Parts: sequence; structure tokens; C-alpha cells
Amino acid sequence: MGTYVLRRLLQMIPVILGATFLIFAMVFALPGDPLAGKCGERPCSPAYAAQFREKYNLNDPLLVQYGKYVGKLAQGDLGQTYNNISVADQLKLRYPVTAKLALLAILIETVIGIAAGVLTGIRKGGFLDNLVLVSTLIVISIPIFVIGGLAQYFLGVKLGLFPVTVTSSDPTVYQLLLPAIVLGSLSVAYVSRLTRTNLVENLRSDYVRTAVAKGLTQRRAIGIHALRNSLIPVVTFIGFDFGALLGGAIVTESIFNIPGVGGYIFRSIRSRDGVSVVGAVTVLVIVYLVVNLLVDLIYGLLDPRITHD
Amino acid sequence: MTTDTTTRPKGSEVTYTPQDGLLLEVEDLHVEFHTPDGVANAINGISFSLHQGECLAILGESGSGKSVTAQAIMGILDMPPAVIPQGHIRYCGQDLLTMDPEQRRKTRGPEVSMIFQDALSSLNPVFPVGWQIAEMFRVHRGMNKSDALQQAVALMERVQIPGARDRVKAYPHQFSGGMRQRIMIAVAIALDPAVLIADEPTTALDVTVQAQIMALLQELQEERQMGLILITHDLGVVADVADRIAVMYAGRLVEKADVADLYAAPAHPYTRGLLESIPRLDQKGQKLSAIGGLPPNLMRIPPGCPFNPRCRMAQDVCRRDLPLLREVAPGRLSACHFAEEVINA
Repeated sequence: MGTYVLRRLLQMIPVILGATFLIFAMVFALPGDPLAGKCGERPCSPAYAAQFREKYNLNDPLLVQYGKYVGKLAQGDLGQTYNNISVADQLKLRYPVTAKLALLAILIETVIGIAAGVLTGIRKGGFLDNLVLVSTLIVISIPIFVIGGLAQYFLGVKLGLFPVTVTSSDPTVYQLLLPAIVLGSLSVAYVSRLTRTNLVENLRSDYVRTAVAKGLTQRRAIGIHALRNSLIPVVTFIGFDFGALLGGAIVTESIFNIPGVGGYIFRSIRSRDGVSVVGAVTVLVIVYLVVNLLVDLIYGLLDPRITHD
Repeated sequence: MTTDTTTRPKGSEVTYTPQDGLLLEVEDLHVEFHTPDGVANAINGISFSLHQGECLAILGESGSGKSVTAQAIMGILDMPPAVIPQGHIRYCGQDLLTMDPEQRRKTRGPEVSMIFQDALSSLNPVFPVGWQIAEMFRVHRGMNKSDALQQAVALMERVQIPGARDRVKAYPHQFSGGMRQRIMIAVAIALDPAVLIADEPTTALDVTVQAQIMALLQELQEERQMGLILITHDLGVVADVADRIAVMYAGRLVEKADVADLYAAPAHPYTRGLLESIPRLDQKGQKLSAIGGLPPNLMRIPPGCPFNPRCRMAQDVCRRDLPLLREVAPGRLSACHFAEEVINA
């Protein structure tokens, strides 16, 4: 187990280097001069330009620039934008918001998704089963900006049940609730159908038949014996989904004006702010890799047949 | 059989007392499967009884209805698609089929218990074996976790699992096939049931392990005076253990006899075919004899004797009239129009 974790952590190093290099190269390739517009209407003075280029290593070739960046990264320095703003500080401000939104969305999709999956799984072919099947199909086929926009208009503007947009830089759970529902709705569909399919399959399994033959109650045979096995793939899905949500939700964040990392990266790309893009994406890559590792470890705990050594 | 009328307190409010050692009585049981393609008549009126300390073997090919019989007795048929249109299954005089479901649930484990064919898939892969055995004590007797686990260790020792104390927390996949079947047995006998049904308990095992498992089952049966229903298609397995044999074909009993009588002189052509199809190692160079044809489709069982299309002795009467199970010699029942000829052949 210990060596497995160590090996996985070591494997992350080349992945992080590769991912950051790709991002770095792509940002490098973007057209535009960072000095453009820096000094107002006039072009910058040659002395200032030279100093600026020196400070941000703009005269070096790509590989040298990247090498210097990674050197700083290894010391935990994500760099500074051309406006002298620390990328790390910006992320510290926005990451808690994204994490809160992601947790809320995961909570919603887990509770509603599993409940719907169990209820439809034990009454396969019933009214509720068909209702959930149709509604999940609808949710899956509608793009998120439509769902987000509709939810905002009807639940926020028309009915006033939820705040229309987020107005603070540190939003409350209530302010994030509607965006989280929108964000989780797609995954609710996946979680409920994944739970249902696995439960239906496991209800037919030999060990559930054994559980009934052991004289266990229906509730125990399904709730403990069948469900425990059915949830293994569901937990895996939720784990990966959490990793993805921690990368920020650009569309949902922009609809509801949420100051999270998704919007931050989007704005940074639009304003050609390469340092911010690379810094933020690097953090996202690391978070995603760590969440992946945790999911794999949890998988081993849930299914004793999986060993990590 | 011994006469035992002592009540069996099981911690539940209902007690079951066998009359004259009679534990189980199956009477005119029918089971149908309602499928989209039609109705499959899996069991078409079978009757038999089981006494304390007795081992009844139910023999038959795949699809003859032997496993369905076992599942009907246990009450673990999937209903629907299965339907029991008529018949009775009485345990200590009480009809399990009309019993309140909750009361019936409580009979599974303490009164009637079952061992399945494939222990790997029949045990839950994500719980330790000790936990799965202990669950019987926790659910039926309300025992606390550590006491129940102690009982599980004792049972694992009883079914001869080496190093039981150390392996109580191991998972099913960490055991060999034979050891897994022993765990399955431990689960089934945990609450000292009066009736144990073993549905092909050795089919998935290799030959040496088969013998060990059968020996263990026989030992446990004698020790606890259980009524044992042994379901198998393997005549070799039956000979040493069973007292009586019931042969099933197309959902009907075609022959019922004491084991020695049946082996000496079968009273039904189907039974004779089964006995002839046992490979004989002492007679080299002989062609293995087999019963020609296939068992009938349970949705279209042929009129007359269901075995007639495969029977070498079939006459017009066999294609027309269904032979009923009748006494052809003392203690011997056969459902063949020509049973007397078969038995004397």
C-alpha cells in the first residue's frame, strides 16, 4: 500500500511536467505582445521594454523559459502576472469558492442520484423507473448553459426562490445552491442510472439469493448485500466527477457570476495572461491527479478483490 | 427413523415440532414460469417427504426441476416469473406456502437452510467470511458483533477450516474452492437447522475435494440428525450418502426407491439409462452409453410419458397415456407403464 502510493506520487511528476509544458507552449504560441498597450497610447520606451523583457524572461527561447518556470514551480512559486499580481494569491482567493461549489454539487448528485437509482432499481419497469429514465434522458440531452439559463430565469428571477447571481467574493451555501443543482443535475442523471443498472444486476446475483436464503429481511438483503456491491462503480464515478468539478465550471460560473477558478482561467485566456493560465492549470492538474489517486485507494477499500501492491 | 417430538426452541416466537420425525412434506407441488415466450411447466405435481436424520437424494438432468424444487422449498424463487399454482410444502405440519412472509423468513436459517452450487458467487465478495457466518447469529438471535464472530470461528473450526481464527477476517476470494464450500456449509448449519438442502454442493469442485465435502456433509447430518435433501446429477455422489433416491424428469418424479434397491434394479428406463451412463473404469474399451436425445422443452412437454421420445421401450400407450407414479414393489415407486419389465430386466 505504502509503496503503491509512493509509486503513484512519483508517476505524477512526468505527468505534471508534460501537462505544464503543453500549456506553456500553447500560451507561448498565442499571438500578441505583452508590451502592447502597456504604456498607454505610445509605444514603451526601449529601456523599459528591455527591462520588462529581461524581468519576465521574454528574450529566452521556449525551453529556457519553461525551465526557469519549472525551477520556480518546484519551490512553490506560481509566478506573477505582468501586472505584478501573484497567481498564488489569486488562486487562494478563488479556489475555496470552486471547492465549495464542487462539494455542494457532489453532495446533491450523490444523495439524489443514489436515492433515485435505488428506488428505480428495486422497482424495475415501474412508473417511477420510467419517470426517472425519461427525465434523466432530458437532462443529459440539454446543454448546461440552457439548463443554467432556464433555472436562473424561472427559479431565480420569476419565482425568486434563489438569488439570481452571486454578489460576494465569498458566497454562502444558499447563494451557491442553485448553481450547484444545475452543475450536479447532469451527474445526478449518470449516478442514478449507474446505481440502477448495477443494483438490478446485483439483485439477480447468487449472493443476494444466498442472503434471502439466510433468512435476512428484504431490506437487509438489498440495502446491505446488493447495494454495497452496486455502489463500487458509483463511488468511482463520483470521485472522478469531483476531480473534474474542482477544475472549475466555466459555463455555470459565468451564468451565475461566481468568482471561481473556472472564470479566472477563462478571463486569463481572453486577456492573454499566460502566467495566470499556466499557474492555474498546473494547480488543477495536481488536484486532479491527487483526487484520482484517492479514488483508486477508496476503490481498494470498497472492493477487497482489488489489491494495491 | 427415530421418533423425536421435542420442541426446537429457536429464539423466535413460533416453535416447530416434527410429528413422528416427519420434517418436510411436499404434496402435489406445481411450479410454472411465466415468460414472454409462454409458460414453462418446471414442476408438474411432485410429492415426497423427509424425516429426521434421513438423506433424500433428488436426481435428474439439468432442467429436470430439481433446483426449482429446492428453491420452492426455501422460498427463494423469483416470483414472478415463477408461480406456484397448486401444491403444499409442509414443514412440521405448517404449510410454508400459505405462511405469513415474515414468519416464513424466520424459518430460513434456523429451520430450513440451503447450500448452493458455486460458493464463490454465492458468498458476498465484499464481506469477510467470518462476518457472513456471524450475520446469521446477529440477525436471527440478535447476538452482538464479537459474540457472533466467536460463534463464526467455532463453526469454521467445525467445518475443518485450518487456522480458522486467523482467517475469519479473510474474504471469499482468498480461499480455495473446497474451503469456500466449507464456509457455505458453515453459514447453512450455523443455526442448527432441521432441514438442510444441498443443491449440487460438489459440482464445482474437483474429485478429491468432492469426497471430502460429501464426507463432511454426511458427518454433520448424522451428528445433528438433520434431514438432508441432496440435489445432484451425479449418481456416484449419491450412493454413499443417500438413504432414498427420487429421480426427476421434466418436472415429475419418475422413480422413488431406497438407494440400494435402485442401484440393484432400476424400475424406470430413465433411471436405467442414467446408471448405464456412469463411466466404468474397470471395463476398458467399452463405448460410453448415453441416453439419446434431449430433455423436453418445458413449454411443450410431449403428451403421454414425457420420456417416451427418448425411451427404447416406448409403445403406443406411452405416447398416449401419462404413467402415474405407482408402487411396483414394496417401498418402490415408478412412473412407467412397463415398470415391472424394467425392474426384472
